[in-house]
Amino acid sequence: MAVYGIGADRGMSRPMVRILIDRFFGALIVLSVMMAAIPVLVLLLFVVIKGLPGLLTPGFFTDPPFPQGVPGGGVFNAIIGTLEIVVIGSLLAVPIGSLIGIFLSEYGRNQTGDVISDVLTGLPSIAFGIFGYTVVVLTTHHFSAISASIALAVLMLPVILRATESALLLVPQSLREAGLALGAPRWRVTLEIVVPAALGGIVTGALLAMARAAGETAPLLFTAFGNDIVQTNPFQPMGALSLTVFRNALVPYNNLQDQAWAAALLLVMLVAATNILARLYVRRSQH
Amino acid sequence: MISIRMQTEAAPRAVQDGDAEIKLDARHVNFFYGDFQALHDAALSVRARRITALIGPSGCGKTTFLRIFNRMHDLTPGTRATGEVLLDGHNVLSSDTDVIRLRRQVGMLFQRPNPFPKSIFDNVAYGPHMLGWSKARINQVVEESLKDTGLWDEVKTRLHRSALNLSGGQQQRLCLARALAVEPQVILMDEPASALDPIATLRIEELMQDLKQRYTIVIVTHNMQQAARVSDFTAFMLMNEKRAGEVIEYGPTDDIFNRPKDSRTEDYITGRFG
Repeated sequence: MAVYGIGADRGMSRPMVRILIDRFFGALIVLSVMMAAIPVLVLLLFVVIKGLPGLLTPGFFTDPPFPQGVPGGGVFNAIIGTLEIVVIGSLLAVPIGSLIGIFLSEYGRNQTGDVISDVLTGLPSIAFGIFGYTVVVLTTHHFSAISASIALAVLMLPVILRATESALLLVPQSLREAGLALGAPRWRVTLEIVVPAALGGIVTGALLAMARAAGETAPLLFTAFGNDIVQTNPFQPMGALSLTVFRNALVPYNNLQDQAWAAALLLVMLVAATNILARLYVRRSQH
Repeated sequence: MISIRMQTEAAPRAVQDGDAEIKLDARHVNFFYGDFQALHDAALSVRARRITALIGPSGCGKTTFLRIFNRMHDLTPGTRATGEVLLDGHNVLSSDTDVIRLRRQVGMLFQRPNPFPKSIFDNVAYGPHMLGWSKARINQVVEESLKDTGLWDEVKTRLHRSALNLSGGQQQRLCLARALAVEPQVILMDEPASALDPIATLRIEELMQDLKQRYTIVIVTHNMQQAARVSDFTAFMLMNEKRAGEVIEYGPTDDIFNRPKDSRTEDYITGRFG
């Protein structure tokens, strides 16, 4: 009664006020979006402008780096290196990560796994480099691509695990019940019904983790170390795009600095392509 | 075209043969969610190849009772059932019961259609495939199950398309076909038509009449008219003062609806509460 009375009392003046408030908050939202989006767009634009000339230089994709001071050269070594390091890392991390995710979602139900993956997610990425260094480099006595892959795999693990777990938790309980009510053992229901139903989310998580790993520099510094020679042996030091950016940005040669920008642009494009691929996959698997 | 055939009075029901073989016999069943008792001393003798309905107001433990029959309650942590549920003389609640085998014998149809996100064929073939049957046998059982549920003519040209594109009623009949494909003896139905429109509901009810030639059916329903239409036997359940479900009265459907012995049953079926 009282509430209705107040509303009726001010009924005439209310619409104007309401419209003004609506406009104000609308504008506030647009402003917030711009504040978040503009820095990203400026950064992207900057990388594109600075990186494009280097990217279009002949030999950028196909030549190994030339010695400092020698004009030309490319990042072929680093492209091969990034791909190989990330692929090996993913081969290690995706099966283990998704299996742990499946376990936590379907069987685990305990806090320990959650806490461990949260801690791993929050760890600074250089810590993963130290891990790769102490566990692999120190025991084998030399830098190697495989040590970088292992460091990146540990870094990817919590991302994949979390993505798998949350994708599985979205699968309706009624599907599990349907399978179990047919007399299917739990493991078959998990593998044949629940996991396929969540595959979109699991694959997306894996691709996003790969994208993140491809852009990491710190874990590679004292594991893959960098290598100007084009080579594919995972037990030898290897170049990587992020290492090219890091090293070439610090030298006083224009062609190398251009290469650093171009390598950064290439990395951005690689990560963006992976993200888009992941989204497309989700959209397709939802139909 | 759907042939609509009202079955309120017409179908001659064998209510008088109360001496039909007992397929599933629940005795002194108590059920607990943690410390809370949800069922108190519930009993039910389900006769073979008849339709038995569980009715009662919300929260009276109908669904809880039903899910004990194929041990679906095992999936909810912290639950415990005591007493006996004898399936052909073997207590399904005993710890040595092979739950996987039990669930193949006692299938289930759920409140909402829950087809797997797979093709129509793969949905029905899932059980037989799991049992390791030959390809020829699987093809045959898929066709038979779809025919038994009246779906075959509607889907035979698109067996390999996603089951999720079917209508709600078709999805529910697909779930029934999927349950039939593993050749169960008993089918538990948990308000199978509550998410369906009246025509789809009628089709399910017609199917039940066909299926009871071969299967024993237990159905939980909110809808008293549905229980009166389809079932041969009806159990009326109610919460007691401690909020635990009890079976108040059980007998031939005709007796429960026309000559209830308990005044609470009479109050419920005449719409005085619930």
